[in-house]
Amino acid sequence: MARGSVSIVVERCKACGFCVEFCPSKVLALSDAFNSKGYHPPHAVNPDKCSGCDLCGMYCPDFAIHGYRPGKPEAADAAEKEKEAE
Amino acid sequence: MSTPICIQKAPENPVESFLRTDRMPHIWCPGCGIGTTVNCFTRALIDSKTDLNKLSIVSGIGCTGRVAGYVNLDSFHTTHGRAIPFATGLKLASPEMTVVVYSGDGDLFAIGGNHLIHAARRNVDLKVICVNNLTYAMTGGQTGPATPLDVITATAPYGTYDPAFNLPYLVEAAGAVYVARWTTFHVKQLAKSMQEMFKKKGFCFIEVVSPCPTLYQRRNKMGDALDTMKFYKEVSKVKHGAPTNEVGLSKSGEIIVGKFVDRERPDFETMMKAHLEASLGEKYIPAEAPTCS
Repeated sequence: MARGSVSIVVERCKACGFCVEFCPSKVLALSDAFNSKGYHPPHAVNPDKCSGCDLCGMYCPDFAIHGYRPGKPEAADAAEKEKEAE
Repeated sequence: MSTPICIQKAPENPVESFLRTDRMPHIWCPGCGIGTTVNCFTRALIDSKTDLNKLSIVSGIGCTGRVAGYVNLDSFHTTHGRAIPFATGLKLASPEMTVVVYSGDGDLFAIGGNHLIHAARRNVDLKVICVNNLTYAMTGGQTGPATPLDVITATAPYGTYDPAFNLPYLVEAAGAVYVARWTTFHVKQLAKSMQEMFKKKGFCFIEVVSPCPTLYQRRNKMGDALDTMKFYKEVSKVKHGAPTNEVGLSKSGEIIVGKFVDRERPDFETMMKAHLEASLGEKYIPAEAPTCS
């Protein structure tokens, strides 16, 4: 069971590949599909491995992707993130 | 053929509420690092619980200057190089505000160079974020004050031959109380550094080395933005407290990153108040903060 998931706004993506390269658990890959500007947006090839760390969200220069941990109250999520940061 | 996924009912991207979404997608090139610094900035704002009603962003002209137009905060897009004088006036008129200057290396160090050193000398309480892409990107990649030696630019087809400014060294010498440098690869560290900066009183400066894949890396055959990020990962060395005279950038040498300066100095407003109170006594009436009606 994946701890987290990613949400992608396909139309904003410019296919720089930062999220694919710097995802710590290699969840993402650039897809073969095009968006309307002709770029290849990423998709999750290993969704089970996603930890929802949101590193992709911090790297994405186009604000097109972010990671999240579903089903958890925000306070618990923040506490866990803090713990990880330490 | 695989298709990209778009999961419904996902929580909103944390950066979303800080953006003027009607202006998206932005005009920055694919792989430009400015968007990454905006991500770090918004994460720092969320984590430091900064009051957004008491925050304003001032930008000059240039690629980075467009940040003021894209963030959904009180923001000002000023004339070329004049972000710091504008921000100084804003800070003096509303001392309770957090004033952030978000601009590029050309705007802050060439056109607005004089303003920058004098704001640092006076120690005006400004938070300066300088996205350094090593060139004048918006006008077509000319040689700027931060362009390293032996780099091909639009105005130097045989390579640059004039030495570049060492930005942290200059700002420290001018009197800044907080000086740090990160690259767009160091997102977590950059966000943490920005949080520290919000808490600090006085002239704070963060340099973010950022790729300009279209004009700088392409002309110099340094690959695309992703190659540049890998290059940053490879050559950067974290050295907190490193002497700033040793942290100058070169074309392919190592990039020393970290927090270089964190010191205390009375800021401009404190000095002004203390002096006027001492010399004028009861005659001195501090200006009241303007109220919005």
